[in-house]
Amino acid sequence: MPDLLLDVQGLETVFQTPAGVVHAVNGISFGLKEGETLGIVGESGCGKSVTMLSLLRLIPTPPGKIKNGKALFFGQDLIAMPNEQIRHIRGSQISMIFQDPMTSLNPVLTVGLQLEEPLMLHLGMTRNQAREHAASLLNMVGIPNAKDRLRDFPHQFSGGMRQRVMIAMALSCSPPVVIADEPTTALDVTIQAQIIDLVKRLRDELGMAIIWITHDLGVVADLAQKVVVMYGGLIIEAAPVEELYANPQHPYTLGLMGSLPRVDEKGHHRLVSIDGLPPVLYEKPNHCPFAPRCKWVTEKCWKENPSLLGVGTEHRAACWVDTKTGRAR
Amino acid sequence: MSKTTDVLLRVSKLVKHFPIKQGIIFQKQTGAVHAVDNISFEVKQGETLGLVGESGCGKSTTGRAVLQLHRPTSGSVIFDGVDLVKAKGNDLRHMRRKMQMIFQDPYASLNPRMTVGEIIGEPMLIHKIAAQNEIEERVANLLNLVGLNPAFSTRYPHEFSGGQRQRVGVARALALQPSFIVCDEPISALDVSIQAQVVNLLEDLQEQFGLTYLFIAHDLSMVRHISNRIAVMYLGIIVELADSEELYLKPLHPYSQALLSAVPIPDPIASARRERVILKGDVPSPVNPPSGCRFRTRCPIAESICAEVQPDFREAQPGHFVACHFADQFI
Repeated sequence: MPDLLLDVQGLETVFQTPAGVVHAVNGISFGLKEGETLGIVGESGCGKSVTMLSLLRLIPTPPGKIKNGKALFFGQDLIAMPNEQIRHIRGSQISMIFQDPMTSLNPVLTVGLQLEEPLMLHLGMTRNQAREHAASLLNMVGIPNAKDRLRDFPHQFSGGMRQRVMIAMALSCSPPVVIADEPTTALDVTIQAQIIDLVKRLRDELGMAIIWITHDLGVVADLAQKVVVMYGGLIIEAAPVEELYANPQHPYTLGLMGSLPRVDEKGHHRLVSIDGLPPVLYEKPNHCPFAPRCKWVTEKCWKENPSLLGVGTEHRAACWVDTKTGRAR
Repeated sequence: MSKTTDVLLRVSKLVKHFPIKQGIIFQKQTGAVHAVDNISFEVKQGETLGLVGESGCGKSTTGRAVLQLHRPTSGSVIFDGVDLVKAKGNDLRHMRRKMQMIFQDPYASLNPRMTVGEIIGEPMLIHKIAAQNEIEERVANLLNLVGLNPAFSTRYPHEFSGGQRQRVGVARALALQPSFIVCDEPISALDVSIQAQVVNLLEDLQEQFGLTYLFIAHDLSMVRHISNRIAVMYLGIIVELADSEELYLKPLHPYSQALLSAVPIPDPIASARRERVILKGDVPSPVNPPSGCRFRTRCPIAESICAEVQPDFREAQPGHFVACHFADQFI
């Protein structure tokens, strides 16, 4: 499809560890359109962060290795391209906002220096131009006294403010794609609301596409247009946001929705929990990764891993069972 | 959940300040972190009181000060008729049998050099409530109770996942058959699908043993799910306390209103429809809390009186307490 900004096909990433090979990402395909916000939801260890790091080739190699797959960005394959070339894409074309702003900012450099670096590198600005632009960036993300604060170090900012600095840095070269890896997980709810509000505003102003990784189904509902649910290194369900919440299909998605209490719930319900534990991916699963925890499990689930099947308009789920009727597909 | 009116725990005017010292040999106190500043509440027999607030608001300090893990600066904590603040030595140790704690981080709160059996059995040895030969059987029963295989008692904590470790933490808290448990963010380190397992376990145990919980968390939706009543904390004080249903339907304090509206709802339609109050700025430092009402620096309805007079924590409606000068307009 030509209208895709980013087209990922069959991505596979493995890690060599002393205990064996960990199959973190097992063949993932998805597309991102211009200006679209895609939510990627899953629990820790499901491969959502590794997928994004693989796209930008930030996987430490060794022990990690991208085994297979393509990621086409404006027709160029990010996975196959030489290091020189991808370095020009990181930051200027695709940028990333990390989870923990304290460990991803350099503690011994001022915020100003860190903001100016990509501007000088990618946009060829002089130091003075970069300084001025950096101040306007801090202003844009709502940091008061932007000019003076450029001289401050990261520890002089609060958690929410640091995340604003990270966002300013990610947006500094106006990239068409921004990847946000759990950017609000380390923050309090009222600060999280501030940051989400800010991202929405900037998205409307600048029109970039966002990939938002999170484990919080609530945040995704608020922000994304399309949602992808991951489990065991695979995409198990993908749909537009309203469709997914109104009509979840995969047993894992159903379980996740049931295990969340809602602040607007009426009366007291017992939470629906998913029994068992998430898989450890020492072997590439040749059956459905969710089969050991699934209520609807059938014999076929243990023999063959289902691929994503269309279950509605733009709605795909990887399950052999129709959870609405309980019958096999 | 059973509901009786007997008060099990009465906390009044509890204060906990942590001194800030300067100098190496001749240390001089130069200030104090006002972690908990004059809070009062009651916990009734068999109920769950939820304590919510953002990080640094003093909710964990409150939980620890109640159990005397931090000795309060002043105030009283009356549990089962005994003032714990005045209790010392053996008297206090005796009381500790009745009140236990489940900690936030299941990775840091279990000794990595002890087997699970030793971890759960140790409290029984210390309090001499079971002979050595009985302990093994009791540990097996406890493991069964929290949904772990009794054969696991010879394993070490690192062999378990986060959710399983938290179950070990729950079993240890239950070992002395306490009547009151402080749960300090017991699920925030766990994955979503595992959180529901642990919350369901806590609810089942409460029903089975008539336990009373003080449930500390920052996740408002989970607190609302598990609690009968909720206290909202901000910068060391309780700003609102009410039945959980009441607090959700009719929050009187502007901070509770903002907090509730900031919780993401997993439903795109409801989420788009509701009005959100977005607070400006950050929580001020507890070393120099603002004068008057502590929330005034971020409050959307603050007026000049808020900077001068600290609002009383008053009963605005039966059972609904609030500390705000202008709360009546929301009734």
